[in-house]
Amino acid sequence: MSLLQKAKMMPSRKAAGIHAHDKWGFLYITPFFTIFLLFGLLPILFTVYLAFYHWELLSEANYYVGFQNFSELIKDPYFWIAVRNTFSIFFISFVPQTIVALLLAVVLANPHLKFAMFWRTMLLIPWITSVLAVGIVFSQLFGREFGMINVAMQYLGLPQVDWVGGTIPSQVAIATMINWRWVGYNALIYLAAILAIPKELYESAEIDGASRWQTFIYVTIPQLRNTLTFMLVVGTIGGLQTFLEPLIYGGATGGDSRQFSTLTLYLFEQAFINGRFGYAAAIGIAITIIVVIISFLNYLGSRKIAGEEGVKS
Amino acid sequence: MTTLTAVKVNRRRKVSPFTYLFLGIFTFISIFPLYWLFVVASNSNEEIAKIPPSVVPGSRFLVQLRALYEAVPFNWALFNTIAIGVVIAVSQVFFSALAGFALAKMKFKGKKSFMVFIISTMMLPSQLGVVVLYLIMANYLNWVDDFKSLVVPALVTAFGVFWMRQTIDTQVPNEILEAAKLDGAAVFRIFRSIVYPVIKPSAFVLGLFSFLYTWNDYLFPSLVLNSPNRFTVQIAIRQLNGSYTQDYALIMCGAFMATLPLLILFVFVGKRLVSGVMDGAVKG
Repeated sequence: MSLLQKAKMMPSRKAAGIHAHDKWGFLYITPFFTIFLLFGLLPILFTVYLAFYHWELLSEANYYVGFQNFSELIKDPYFWIAVRNTFSIFFISFVPQTIVALLLAVVLANPHLKFAMFWRTMLLIPWITSVLAVGIVFSQLFGREFGMINVAMQYLGLPQVDWVGGTIPSQVAIATMINWRWVGYNALIYLAAILAIPKELYESAEIDGASRWQTFIYVTIPQLRNTLTFMLVVGTIGGLQTFLEPLIYGGATGGDSRQFSTLTLYLFEQAFINGRFGYAAAIGIAITIIVVIISFLNYLGSRKIAGEEGVKS
Repeated sequence: MTTLTAVKVNRRRKVSPFTYLFLGIFTFISIFPLYWLFVVASNSNEEIAKIPPSVVPGSRFLVQLRALYEAVPFNWALFNTIAIGVVIAVSQVFFSALAGFALAKMKFKGKKSFMVFIISTMMLPSQLGVVVLYLIMANYLNWVDDFKSLVVPALVTAFGVFWMRQTIDTQVPNEILEAAKLDGAAVFRIFRSIVYPVIKPSAFVLGLFSFLYTWNDYLFPSLVLNSPNRFTVQIAIRQLNGSYTQDYALIMCGAFMATLPLLILFVFVGKRLVSGVMDGAVKG
């Protein structure tokens, strides 16, 4: 169930609760509300303000520039390179990650699997590893000359790949870091969703003589539709925040020719390397607009699919 | 009944050796990079650079460890990170449970819109505010190089509140609360003696999540922490990156030492994390 759908459902529930003391309700959310207002909402509002200013950290000479940051951004080739890279890295990480996670989930959902808890636990280890450590070890593995991966490829008689200099190879390397860290976690999410599918559906599929592949396509996947939509939205938001992997792999520019510079990395570079806080704020707003557009498209898409299903039944 | 038994028998046959091979390969992939950290950290740079490179641990780990302690105040980093992590975890559990309790079981004006508001802010990319958050810390609060800049904004988060609301909504029956109300128990006593025991496992998982997040957080701590004695583990490790030379053995030793405490923690709480992640999937 998507967050939005969930939010819509909430008001319709009539919780009995403890009405006599309801006047205290507001007191209970006050700590959260205060922290959130000061360090969550205020920075966001101030970011919007900042995006219309030329703003330097210690300068007194900050001045209003109107839409200049935005018009510069539209024409900034580095920005568009970052947009392209962010999306291509997202694509080459999300698609294989989802396929492998689904496969793992189906395998783990088998009720007769031995050592089930052991496998689940092992798959979560990458997720507790810090992005920094992941970046460090994979930078070494993908190293140009002495990296294990090139050495192994040489051993297998495959050509050497420039995993740092090449645009696609370097993005594959970054996507590998992301995939390694997230695939097991995603598998557990899909596993939970699969275990929640009513057993009767599988039993009737079995009685109808469906093969395992048919069961997966016609029973499991349609039942996971909400989870998949949810993961796509969360994955996009996460994907747009890809930052530390490229920073470790090739510095603040995301490689010598920006071959793996991402949007968030570009924001970081403009703010904290070049000291252009107003411009960085404009990049932040651009990222948010992209998130909103994608979430909206996603919502339309899932409504369309739901509508078609409605016609069928 | 016959059909059900038949189905079960049929399913049992379905766990093929390939399934275990598949899981074995992914378990290997999950562990290998961490093993590799240790391999590089315990060999000399020459051992790793030669072709074919050494793929088994060497004997130089303690040498690297000493070099790590000479390069950065690693014990301080460990202490700082654990202290910050525990404070944030405890505070997040407490305040999230309070707010979640109110949002799940109380009725008050503006509750609906507040809930929609929380959920929509969870969808915003967290880096949107990071530039301004830094400006606030640097120019207005003077919290640069001060742990307050890390702890205060993380005292309670939208995610935590949402998590606890879902937990309390589904796990605490209204009947018990009604009964307690008739007894005239004060609201906070209801919270402490009825709600809290029920939500304890879920609260523990939330605490773990926020501890792990704090431990691994990089961007904001890297901006606000300057003095080596105030570094968190991640920031300390990042200092090992030389500007001109890359001492891989030293860097990988640092990355290994930054991960080892979490691996030890994972031995004890791994199962609970797994069920926490899976519960979270159903909550979401």
